[in-house]
Amino acid sequence: MSKGRVWKYGDDVNTDVLFAGKYTYTAMEPAEMARHALEDLDPEFATGVKPGDVVLAGKNFGCGSSREQAAACLKSAGVAAVIAKSFARIYFRNATNLGLPVVQSAEAADALEKGDEVEVDFGAGELRTNKGTFRFAPLPEAVLGILEAGGLIAYTKKKIAAGTR
Amino acid sequence: MGQTFSEKVLGRKAGKAVRPGEVVVVAPDFYLSHDNSAAISKEFRKLGVKAVKAPHKIVIVLDHIVPAASEEYAQNHKTIREFVAEQGIPNFFDIQHGVCHQVFSEQGFALPGKLVVGSDSHTTTYGAFGAFAAGIGRTEMACLWATDEIWLRVPETIRIDFRGKFQPAVAPKDAILRIIGDQGADGADYRAVEFGGPAASEFSLAGRMLLANMAAEFGAKNGTFEPDGTTLDWLKKRARAEFGVVRSDPDAVYEKVLCYDLGALEPQVACPHKVDNVKPVTAVAGLKIHQALIGTCTNGRLEDLEAAARILRGGKVHPQVRTLILPASAEVYRAALKRGLLEVFTEAGCVILNPGCGPCLGAHQGILAAGEVVLSTSNRNFRGRMGSRDSEIYLASPATVAASARTGVITDPRTVS
Repeated sequence: MSKGRVWKYGDDVNTDVLFAGKYTYTAMEPAEMARHALEDLDPEFATGVKPGDVVLAGKNFGCGSSREQAAACLKSAGVAAVIAKSFARIYFRNATNLGLPVVQSAEAADALEKGDEVEVDFGAGELRTNKGTFRFAPLPEAVLGILEAGGLIAYTKKKIAAGTR
Repeated sequence: MGQTFSEKVLGRKAGKAVRPGEVVVVAPDFYLSHDNSAAISKEFRKLGVKAVKAPHKIVIVLDHIVPAASEEYAQNHKTIREFVAEQGIPNFFDIQHGVCHQVFSEQGFALPGKLVVGSDSHTTTYGAFGAFAAGIGRTEMACLWATDEIWLRVPETIRIDFRGKFQPAVAPKDAILRIIGDQGADGADYRAVEFGGPAASEFSLAGRMLLANMAAEFGAKNGTFEPDGTTLDWLKKRARAEFGVVRSDPDAVYEKVLCYDLGALEPQVACPHKVDNVKPVTAVAGLKIHQALIGTCTNGRLEDLEAAARILRGGKVHPQVRTLILPASAEVYRAALKRGLLEVFTEAGCVILNPGCGPCLGAHQGILAAGEVVLSTSNRNFRGRMGSRDSEIYLASPATVAASARTGVITDPRTVS
């Protein structure tokens, strides 16, 4: 369970504005990645975001490159979840693999505005906000397993150790 | 009930009949990575296994920032070379080869019926040869190196049939831009796209690679053409493994079927800052440009350079347009050299770059300042991608970019003799 404020954006938020290509092939610590998050879309985000905040957007969030930093930078910034009408497929995979939950809710994406307060309850599949409660479909089992393990590395490590892989 | 290409390839791998929406755990035939292999190796080390499971399936091509443009990039490349040596990865292609998607194909890894994943969104390119090829992330590539398995959702399929013939100065790039403009940036999200129809053979292999590559720009998981005689001839001396062609059944079930008449197409331009913001060239003609880029993994093949050279031969580019030529690979570069194309470009005042990703991802070799406009044959025009967040990227065909490089403004290639 997490509680925070909404940062709201439109449709087709792409991986270049989430995390610019010029930073992608140098080793970067999580805190530094967070400083460049959403740099070309909203220069105020990196300095203003607080742990527990959520990113809210329209359709096709994370379209473009396969670069994983586009998810990692939000995770490092303390973002509790990304709520959007829909996600680009590689972004969905990357966010899940890094343990950044992605929630699909067109109703919440339409109703909420910047600064609204949101509490995400993954167990109950609910977004509780100052504008009411929005339900979302529980995440698929395979995805929940990875998120619960804390990401794909931890999940795979466990599987290797258990000899199931 | 018949099956689509994607259902067949994933079903064979999963060892059972599969339907869209199902999640399968599969062992791909090959996996591609590039300059991000250093980051992948770092994740791999966290898994606590010493050796990669299937070194012969790993293909690594250094292309994104080559040669290294800074000490940090140099260290990144060094880490990769050391990892390759340590793990005995046989298929490593260092900085002299070109863009990964071109090199992977030239080297005979993109084969009909094979399952390929790559930690690059344009991995879809290999669908041009009838492979199922999809982009994945870095962390899952690290896990794949360790386990040789990955989960994939079986996609619904959208079929796009072509008929007719291209008009002069209209190219495959105009077709794919029009499709993306019509379908929207998420028009095929999570979907497979099959390109076919009576005019599929109008597309050369270069054109097919372009369409499969840019299927990613409307969200597709993969984009494929059915192999024909042209494909099989090309693969004859290149194929790295035995393969069997996989075709959709005539009664396969599609989510939707679209039809495009190539003869009705005119040159198109994708305008800032989204690839689906597509307009006919006539709507933006006259707009001043500062840089022109001809090449990359979309349009850096021989026929693309030939189309540009036809327009630039004997003339000069506009003195205020920096015109960059970026062949997709060393093989293309040598062919262009032999045919005299590089001579045409340098005499016209172009800058010929070494094969690689060049300025497309905004790390080096032609970064844009605030207020500048580039017209490029590449595949993405997101804000800030090639430099300043206050620069603008327009996308078009090699003929449109070459014509515009001459005049200094976006120009309809049909008006240039």
